[in-house]
Amino acid sequence: SVSLAVCMTNCPTLIVMVGLPARGKTYISKKLTRYLNWIGVPTKEFNVGQYRRDLVKKYKSFEFFLPDNEEGLKIRKQCALAALNDVRQYLSEENGHVAVFDATNTTRERRETIYKFGEENGYKTFFVESVCVDPEVIAANIVQVKLGSPDYVDCSNDEATEDFMKRIECYKNSYETLDETLDKDLSYIKIMDVGRSYLVNRVMDHIQSRIVYYLMNIHVTPRSIYLCRHGESELNLKGRIGGDPGLSVRGKEFAKSLAQFINEQNIKDLKVWTSQMKRTIQTAEALGVPYEQWKVLNEIDAGVCEEMTYEEIQENYPLEFALRDQDKYRYRYPKGESYEDLVQRLEPVIMELERQENVLVICHQAVMRCLLAYFLDKPAEQLPYLKCPLHTVLKLTPVAYGCKVESIFLNVEAVNTHRDKPENVDISRPTVDALVTVPAHQ
Amino acid sequence: AWASYMTNSPTLIVMIGLPARGKTYMSKKLTRYLNWIGVPTKVFNLGVYRREAVKSYKSYDFFRHDNKEAMEIRKRCALVALEDVKSYLLEECGQIAVRSSALKIALHQGSSNLPGVFFVESVCDDPEVIAANILEVKVSSPDYPERHRENVMDDFLKRIECYKVTYQPLDPDANDKDLSFIKVINVGQRFLVNRVQDYIQSKIVYYLMNIHVQPRTIYLCRHGESEYNLVGRIGGDSGLSARGKQFSQALKKFIEEQEIVDLKVWTSQLKRTIQTAESLGVLYEQWKILNEIDAGVCEEMTYAEIEAKYPEEFAMRDQEKYLYRYPGGESYQDLVQRLEPVIMELERQGNVLVISHQAVMRCLLAYFLDKSADELPYLRCPLHTILKLTPVAYGCKVETITLDVEAVNTHRDKPSLNSHDLPSRQSPGRMRRNSFTPRASADTAKRPRHHSLGSKPLHLLGPLPSLE
Repeated sequence: SVSLAVCMTNCPTLIVMVGLPARGKTYISKKLTRYLNWIGVPTKEFNVGQYRRDLVKKYKSFEFFLPDNEEGLKIRKQCALAALNDVRQYLSEENGHVAVFDATNTTRERRETIYKFGEENGYKTFFVESVCVDPEVIAANIVQVKLGSPDYVDCSNDEATEDFMKRIECYKNSYETLDETLDKDLSYIKIMDVGRSYLVNRVMDHIQSRIVYYLMNIHVTPRSIYLCRHGESELNLKGRIGGDPGLSVRGKEFAKSLAQFINEQNIKDLKVWTSQMKRTIQTAEALGVPYEQWKVLNEIDAGVCEEMTYEEIQENYPLEFALRDQDKYRYRYPKGESYEDLVQRLEPVIMELERQENVLVICHQAVMRCLLAYFLDKPAEQLPYLKCPLHTVLKLTPVAYGCKVESIFLNVEAVNTHRDKPENVDISRPTVDALVTVPAHQ
Repeated sequence: AWASYMTNSPTLIVMIGLPARGKTYMSKKLTRYLNWIGVPTKVFNLGVYRREAVKSYKSYDFFRHDNKEAMEIRKRCALVALEDVKSYLLEECGQIAVRSSALKIALHQGSSNLPGVFFVESVCDDPEVIAANILEVKVSSPDYPERHRENVMDDFLKRIECYKVTYQPLDPDANDKDLSFIKVINVGQRFLVNRVQDYIQSKIVYYLMNIHVQPRTIYLCRHGESEYNLVGRIGGDSGLSARGKQFSQALKKFIEEQEIVDLKVWTSQLKRTIQTAESLGVLYEQWKILNEIDAGVCEEMTYAEIEAKYPEEFAMRDQEKYLYRYPGGESYQDLVQRLEPVIMELERQGNVLVISHQAVMRCLLAYFLDKSADELPYLRCPLHTILKLTPVAYGCKVETITLDVEAVNTHRDKPSLNSHDLPSRQSPGRMRRNSFTPRASADTAKRPRHHSLGSKPLHLLGPLPSLE
């Protein structure tokens, strides 16, 4: 008999971006890739522009993109094929599940070539087209991501903008948008005006449905996300993990400092979220604003190790303690959870954070690490070791293709709860080796 | 400061489309889903109002756009319905009213207490689909009590023609670009989504994009009888008893006899469901969120032990079984929230067999059979019994198949309570309003419950809604 945990996708998926330059294709590719990797679907993006930059060392001008530039056309086709070849290697040889092919792909002919490529290799193809005619949006995109591009490193902003606008013109005449009739058998989502409306056609499977849902929930309105932990708790002081303790004296001070900080930031329509554990609720109470409690924001469940110190864990469960150090992301406490489980239960939080604008999330160490890993695109190996100290607020602001992070320590002392990975993770290691990285406590 | 919720204002969903486009099907399904996840929703069907006003339906002539008298009646019905909608949303604290109508309504804007409006339009140009719809649901409509099938089809098609004259589909490029809507084209082949305003609209869109109408069957059953079942202990992670193993074999035979095409098999991550699936000899998928309800401090106890050790908790649970949360564990309400992704995936799939647990199966069954929160915790889901669910018309056909292997009975009815035995309780503060907390995965944390501040109810502007 066979037992298998079947994953979400059986055959690999090839996502093909479609759209004129400066329509947010790369923004969407990178964001989607980050999201899929975070939820555990190995994904990689392939930016054809990058291949072109590697091949043609120095960008001269928009003339490279003129439709009658034979040399240019040849190089561009070559780059597309090179990228597709790497896609094939990633999906068929390197166990990738999803590849995002980021290029303009504005002609039906080019899309057919890619679709055939997908069919030949056994991939499901899903098109993501971004259509935008609002000149303000396009101008803003150019300022955000094109002016700083390696293509325009020697140009003034005005020169760069002028050249880029001409570049867009090169594509316009041959642009064939996804058509309801001509392309009715393809699977695609057409995003109009940065998410004002969407046209979705023939969603084939679970992963495409998740991708569509994600794309329909993201937005580009400027906003900030504030992440912090509860104030120092009574159990933090004693070096104990988990439990449902209240705030220590210093923790209460932090809550007050947090209230002051939030007031000073003068944030428009700030939403505040906590877990359903006392320490985050008590922290939020000090803010004097409505807040929402999410059970899924509760700290990682340490199962049989709940409320123990690391010393006690080493004494009672030395094998478990070593196994955890060997693979902290996947390791599941007996009768508890793993970081991997945590990511799965936090996915709705991420989805809702994407929908919202200004939000303050008051949570816990492991939870905050998972959320931070999503925003900063940290891989599973690094996630459980991200530094999320008490009494420190991380202010995340989306910028260009990523996220700016400001770390603000609110000047109230607290214990350190961060335990680095020790050198010796062998199951037969001596106690002193196991405990060498445990932070000090009462 | 109390917990704030994600959306406070009610929503009016207006269904749009020619007759036989699946509007009532979608209304009812959507309403069932929203009520199940805890968003009080009600359908207001104009056809029903019309049938009240015009006792006997004669023919499609009623629907001709130049039939002035009929138009007056239909307009009056629409106004009455709107009044009922208003009263449901504002006075009865409902959250969502789904209006099923073949007319495109021009709503009077500018009223400050008008809810957020979301249109759901169903467009279909495939004549086969339309004919199938008519056969499935119209032929048995109260409008056509005695008629011959062909006459019904004929009359109904003429009825559709009456509407086509004045039908104005939603137009996102011009007149309707500021409205919030989803246009469902050809039974979900294609969707056009415009200006989704908030969380609940986003959930509605996601739901509508995941449902389908392909015929299929869902099989629900519990794991085979477990060792703990035998001794009356709840929860835990015990293996199958001898009879439980027999059941697995019988299940295997049953499944083979059913000859189901492309059957998916799902289990929880607890031993007893996995052992049951193993006997089937097919691929199966383990879902952590299908794990049994977490009984917290009462895990692995018998009901007698619980009553002896925690008499107050025991009594409270019998009072309000749906809302009651085991200390350090979960409530049925929590369970529904964590099962939502399972429901969503079941909607997407074809033929599925779900091997789960008593409380979990009750929640899933309540969704398919549209059972209220009051009934849910008392639904009968005995061991060694398979429920075969087949979607039909607006609902679900259920067949109960008891496989011939004895098992203990684990069902506990609601006892008739003597008021003297009840501990003094505060107001039902644990009722969760607007369940807009999205799909949650399992939080099977076994931590002792301390007296946290908990989720206190909002300061209400009106009376608490009932659970119905």
